Amino acid sequence: MATTLPHTETTQPSTLDLGARFPGVVSADTRPSFKGWIVPKENLIEVATVIRDEFGYDLLSNVTGVDYFPENKMEVVYHAYKTTGGPGLEFKVQVPREDPVEVPSLINLWPGVDFQEREAWDLLGIKFTGHPDLRRILMWEGYEGHPLRKDWKEPFHEEDFKPFKSRWPDGQFYYAEEKNPYQDNLKFPQDFDPEQWIPEGDALLYGSLARYTLPQEDGLGTDRIVLNMGPQHPSTHGVFRAALTVEGETIVGLKPVIGYLHRNHEKIGERNTYIQNMPFTDRLDYFNSMANNFGYALAVEKLMNIPVAERADYIRVIMAELTRVQNHLVFIGNLLNDLGAMYTPALYAFEERELVLDIFEAVSGARMMCNYFRFGGVVRDVPDDVMQKIKDLVYERLPAKTEEMDRFLTENEILVSRLKGVHVIDSETAVRYSMTGPVLRATGVPYDIRRADPYSIYDRFEFDVVTRTNGDLYDNYLIRLDEIWQSLRILQQAIKQIPQGPINSQKPQYQVRVPAGEAYGRVESPKGELGFYVISNGKPNPWRYHVRAPSFVNITPLEQICLGKKIADFVALFGVIDVVMGELDR
Amino acid sequence: MDNEKLSLPQYDIPQDIQNAVTVTTLDRLYNWGRRSSVWPLMFGLACCAIEMIVAQTARFDMARFGMEVMRPTPRQADMMIVAGTVTKKMLPPIVRLYNQMPEPKYVVAMGACASSGGPFKEGYNVVAGIDKFLPVDVYIPGCPPTPQALIHGMIKLQEKIDRQSIGKVRWYRKGPDSVEVPIPILGPDLIDPRRNPEIKDAAAATSRAATQEGASHGDNASSH
Repeated sequence: MATTLPHTETTQPSTLDLGARFPGVVSADTRPSFKGWIVPKENLIEVATVIRDEFGYDLLSNVTGVDYFPENKMEVVYHAYKTTGGPGLEFKVQVPREDPVEVPSLINLWPGVDFQEREAWDLLGIKFTGHPDLRRILMWEGYEGHPLRKDWKEPFHEEDFKPFKSRWPDGQFYYAEEKNPYQDNLKFPQDFDPEQWIPEGDALLYGSLARYTLPQEDGLGTDRIVLNMGPQHPSTHGVFRAALTVEGETIVGLKPVIGYLHRNHEKIGERNTYIQNMPFTDRLDYFNSMANNFGYALAVEKLMNIPVAERADYIRVIMAELTRVQNHLVFIGNLLNDLGAMYTPALYAFEERELVLDIFEAVSGARMMCNYFRFGGVVRDVPDDVMQKIKDLVYERLPAKTEEMDRFLTENEILVSRLKGVHVIDSETAVRYSMTGPVLRATGVPYDIRRADPYSIYDRFEFDVVTRTNGDLYDNYLIRLDEIWQSLRILQQAIKQIPQGPINSQKPQYQVRVPAGEAYGRVESPKGELGFYVISNGKPNPWRYHVRAPSFVNITPLEQICLGKKIADFVALFGVIDVVMGELDR
Repeated sequence: MDNEKLSLPQYDIPQDIQNAVTVTTLDRLYNWGRRSSVWPLMFGLACCAIEMIVAQTARFDMARFGMEVMRPTPRQADMMIVAGTVTKKMLPPIVRLYNQMPEPKYVVAMGACASSGGPFKEGYNVVAGIDKFLPVDVYIPGCPPTPQALIHGMIKLQEKIDRQSIGKVRWYRKGPDSVEVPIPILGPDLIDPRRNPEIKDAAAATSRAATQEGASHGDNASSH
């Protein structure tokens, strides 16, 4: 059976140096199947500065809080990468699990940790000292408890792990409402009296905007007002809310408010079995379910250390690239919507998307929520007639339609005048803010995980990591077109090379056996780096399951991007970051 | 005479004016107008919203049913498609939007999440079905429902509109124009103001149970 081995990260000489650089301070993580370095919290900032400046790991991609409840400690895991490519460096801080759990904030080194640290504070109650704006981010201020802590139980809690005894093997069930004292998904502190409750509302949010609303001392004073866009707003792509301080039409302050679609992905994921999480990942970035499956499958395969069947690898690449094509087409359509060219370009884009969804439906049975990947391969083979359809799409329909899109839009005077010269972000700031994906490449940084740290079989294909240099809105539009062409190139090669053979290296099984350890699997999703950080303790359910969502990290610099711009441009600036709320709020 | 017969009166219209004259009832005319221009609120929550958009595009084309005019403001909308997971954090804005819609207004729960909480029901931030707060007219199953399913749900809504009678509908009768749903409050958890006494009682009961349990534990400890 022809198979490819999973990419195991070998310990690089540079990562070995960290122990030698700080002898007696930094120690290697010696737990079996764990990697990285354990840094005492007193030295964290010092060590992180060395990692960034001496070792050259300029992109801090992922911050994860982990609750080791039985060992009474908490851990913060950092994944740092080089934008020039190569494997990453993982470092951790361990602190005792007693309130307050305090870890120094790295926000002065990498401002991109801003939202990720706020998330860890919100969900795990890890206090990052030195963080200037440590408010809750996904839940609201005043919410009781930190939900991802292992001793925190939600109102509908039935058992710690699935499958629940009531459902399996006898199939008995009850309604969760029956066992809750409030007959609903509710949980209140003891002796709580709702009449006495004074809602905090958005006092803290407006407080953090207050520095912008100070009256001006000099000259002709003008009023600055706070304008809320969203959560129900036609241009915010879902339930995003931005609290803007504006002076006339100019934005002078901005705070994103998110969490309106916080569906508790991680808490549910830590109760699910490994395979049960696969359909949940579909619902992260619901435009690109195949890409989400890909990242999760990679992470768990790394943990299990199993190979992937070769044909399945090709199918995965074909599906992931088709996903990218349709995502970018819809992106362009939606961008034009945001600019005021209501509907027509979007209708053209959705027409092509339907054809790609037909392929997904043919192979997986579902249009959007494909649930197609399995550990070691994919769930079903691609039939010959579907392969023929893919060929027709890749060789004829999609190139023609992309070319048409290019012809209709790229030189369009209105589009050019709205997009050209509206600066989004420069490369240095983008890297410090941990931005990834097309937005980063539009600033000129050729960082594409498919090349920088190849996964699956991407090292077998010829394609260019496209970049643009200006980093304005127009470049962000053009780079999507470029990437469609590159994806089509990869697709054409993959279709030619795909071998016959089995589609899974493993036997189909309901429960997979995952040895204890940790793994971080990341893919270049159409929106940026999509990472899954999974810790297994050898049981059927993950101990920690964290999603590093590109949308979530990419909006961190939204305020920096928008300051000084007009409200009308905010819509486009937010649009080019290409966020999907399912992934942003998880 | 029942409504069905009224709507199809068997009058003989003279041959020469058949092209110009038709006989019908006011109900039928009124409902024909309303069913053919149900304007949805442009408002999507999650994955289902994408299928809702797709239902508006070329292949499925909901415009055939007069439902293509998505209104971003609730003041101009007739129907709210709750397309996606309703979270506790999002619920107050949703209820406020519903209250701002003028009568007649309809609510469609699209997908498993909006109907019951769906796959995310066990989540701590998820409302197990929008019908705990708003009166739902049509439920559409699926995760997400295909555009065809959504259109089927819309046709069901049209049938529902057809059965309404101008003499009986709420919004032409005496009393308040529309029924306002009290806006939930974000407290330590979601507070439904309609259930305040209930919540207070249950919270007191849980605390009594906790103290009793604590006391019995204390007894055990002292007896050993």
